[in-house]
Amino acid sequence: MDGLTGSAVTLRVLKGTPASGTQEVEYAVPMVTGMVVLDAIHYVQHNLDTDLACRWNCKAAKCTFPLVKDLVTDVSRNYEVNREIPPFTHAPDDTGPWRIQQVDIDRLYEYRRCIECFLCQDVCHVLRSHNYADRFYGPRFFVRVAGLEMHPKDVLDRTDQTREEGGLGYCNITKCCTEVCPEHIHITDNAIIPLKERVADRRWDPVRFIGRELLRRPASPAAEATPALPDPAKPPRNRGDWDEAALTNVDITELVKQQIRTRTRPWEK
Amino acid sequence: MTLEPYDTLDCDVLVIGAGGAGMRAAIAAAEAGCSVAVVTKSLLGKAHTVMAEGGIAAGLANVDARDSWEVHFADTMLGGQLLNNWRMVELYAHEVIDRVYELERWGGLFDRTDDGRIMQRAFGAHSWKRLCHVGDRTGLELIRTLQDKLVHTPRAEVHMEYALTSLIKSGDRVCGAMGYRRSDGRFVAFRCGAVVLASGGWGRMYRETSNSWEGTGDGAAMAYEAGAELLDMEFVQFHPTGMVWPPGARGILVTEAVRGEGGLLYNAEGKRFMLEYDPVKKELSSRDVVARSIYEEVKAGRGTPHGGAYLDVRHLGAEQVRKKLPSMVEQFHALASVDITREPMEVGPTIHYTMGGVRVEAETGAATVPGLYAGGEVAGGLHGANRLGGNSLGDILVFGKRTGEAAAEYARTRGTKRHIDERLVAAEQAALLRPLDGSDDGASAGENPYKLHEELQAAMQDDAGIGRSEESLQRALAAILELRERSMRMHVGGGRPLNPGWHTCRDVTNMLTISESIVRSAIERRESRGSQWRFDHLEQDAELGTVNMVTRRDGATMRVERVPIDPLPDRLRPLLQRSRFYDAAKLPKGYLTAAAARAGAAS
Repeated sequence: MDGLTGSAVTLRVLKGTPASGTQEVEYAVPMVTGMVVLDAIHYVQHNLDTDLACRWNCKAAKCTFPLVKDLVTDVSRNYEVNREIPPFTHAPDDTGPWRIQQVDIDRLYEYRRCIECFLCQDVCHVLRSHNYADRFYGPRFFVRVAGLEMHPKDVLDRTDQTREEGGLGYCNITKCCTEVCPEHIHITDNAIIPLKERVADRRWDPVRFIGRELLRRPASPAAEATPALPDPAKPPRNRGDWDEAALTNVDITELVKQQIRTRTRPWEK
Repeated sequence: MTLEPYDTLDCDVLVIGAGGAGMRAAIAAAEAGCSVAVVTKSLLGKAHTVMAEGGIAAGLANVDARDSWEVHFADTMLGGQLLNNWRMVELYAHEVIDRVYELERWGGLFDRTDDGRIMQRAFGAHSWKRLCHVGDRTGLELIRTLQDKLVHTPRAEVHMEYALTSLIKSGDRVCGAMGYRRSDGRFVAFRCGAVVLASGGWGRMYRETSNSWEGTGDGAAMAYEAGAELLDMEFVQFHPTGMVWPPGARGILVTEAVRGEGGLLYNAEGKRFMLEYDPVKKELSSRDVVARSIYEEVKAGRGTPHGGAYLDVRHLGAEQVRKKLPSMVEQFHALASVDITREPMEVGPTIHYTMGGVRVEAETGAATVPGLYAGGEVAGGLHGANRLGGNSLGDILVFGKRTGEAAAEYARTRGTKRHIDERLVAAEQAALLRPLDGSDDGASAGENPYKLHEELQAAMQDDAGIGRSEESLQRALAAILELRERSMRMHVGGGRPLNPGWHTCRDVTNMLTISESIVRSAIERRESRGSQWRFDHLEQDAELGTVNMVTRRDGATMRVERVPIDPLPDRLRPLLQRSRFYDAAKLPKGYLTAAAARAGAAS
């Protein structure tokens, strides 16, 4: 039961390094029932060319980032971006065991399915054509942020950071990422668009904007210095517990920045 | 010997491996104030931990109030046929509960009960519903959670795609490791106060395995070379359900959660054969029993067209299957064009896990060489002769934390003299470069490492696999020794940057060491117990139930010796009866039954 079909397939591999140059090399590989490209590459390594470089873990990951050698690409930037995103943070006095409803888990589960193949990062034209790697997180990390933002026990707010440092606005929802996702995560619809909606709600909602402007207290120095805010050292238990009334007359952006940058980045201490 | 320039990196604690155990150890050591280097030969987050799909076993008693750490303890000991290090099991069953809640505090997701608590599912040989899970992707969830925790932990640094090939000792103490960077082949050495091995298990010396390319036993082989003892190496777990068709998918895991959720096993005649092999636990019997049952059915001519059994979930309803087993739906659809909501799966045993490993102290994970610690699958002792499903994810959390803390303590107090002897580095460099020396004409000049690997896989699969005998094991040993000889002449073309052929050379060397230890230990254990099934010794032997097999290096010779097991103390012995599967008449033969027999003879 070796599954040999009797026919062969020709594999054309672009082989080499940026320094030495690349060339297309052909390999003839016997066809086996159910064979996938990775099987064919393994056949080449075992029988035809022990020096053919390829990275693999399971049968799902396939990426084409900047070339290192043969089929291996440089994915290091992704790991740097991940460090920039504030991690899951629960309220200090809310340490569980928690009661969470299954519907909340079901909603988050989609984001957590990601296997980090980085295929979405690869096809995204903001990264690929515009080279905005320095100002755009990319689809994988919007999925990551969405998963954190919608966690019922997370108390941070990453909306402004995602807009400012993550460059969420550059995404013009072409859905290339969604199309290639091997885990079938609806990256655009379920991660990016909800984040965009949060940004819009925060930044561009005219009622909120006018409310912020009109209800701003007179510029008395004392009032500016001690606004009636929740203590950032004690974030509320759930986001829903924010005192909305107390928040209407302050610049939420500043509050959140302060919260993220000064209080809740324990990993930078 | 000439010494090529190399990079030296300093840290207090070096963690080798970035799966669940390695990451948990690194977090613990960094939180204890140490600088930590985490080294992985793969990419961060790709570890084999993600293959653990079913869940984390922990006695939370959220779903079944009858559960507790005591019952978990009893199930684990009985599943391991009482060869387990009972102190490790005790610590484990106690602490895994905290580790689960800790994971949740770090952002990990779990499925919930109706009242919002962590949901638990049934699993093989666990008395009550015990496995905390999220769908059938629990391992991925654990990896992602620890990964995000780790990259935001100060003082911990991750080095990806570095292959470490040997531990460096100063006197009798381990104080570093060396190897090379896979991307450019440059040599590196890590100088440290203590080393935590968290490099996982080894399945790649078998042809049919759920292990990915990483599972070559590098850590255990390095530990052995450095003089550390290995324990229980004969015990290699066959997961009963791997894919059997098509050939490229053979061995890929079909999670036990399929049976946990109610999946049933049938032979080609449509008979639910587990009712005969284990009328009590049926499909959810321990893994060794289910694997052997499928093997027996196939051998008796009642196998499926591709040599397996049918695993059927159709009766659960398509909606439930898609909700609870989404990865399996996807896997069979993508790889085998099978819709498991409409057709049964074809499954057969696949090498999945290694119970044996580096011999460690229960509390700290300290190996028998100072400065060296081991946690997770690379360590032996917790699982005895057979691991229960769901006990591996808990293992890596509990003992990852413990080894990280212990290594940090050692690095601070005793591991302060850190010196790398350059003669050792030069010797290792020469050994690593040997297959690349000379002409560039590839495999023709010597042995092709891939071919040696395939021959090793054939020998191990056929002669040291699920069923073994003195004769088959001797055949396997002879093949290993011959391959060892030929491995001296391995040769590959190409240069050092990202050369998979070159990388495979050291993998083969490590796998030969580990295979020899497996086979020599299996020969010495002349009985069937747990995962070890000897056709020539079908029963358990009471005498062998009182010993572990320990492998140690004696110069260039490998020795396997019997080491007596410390029997269960009186305070823990009564706990065994708490298991739903406790049967006084069918206790594993060993120190308990020997004592009872002696008492019976005396009265």
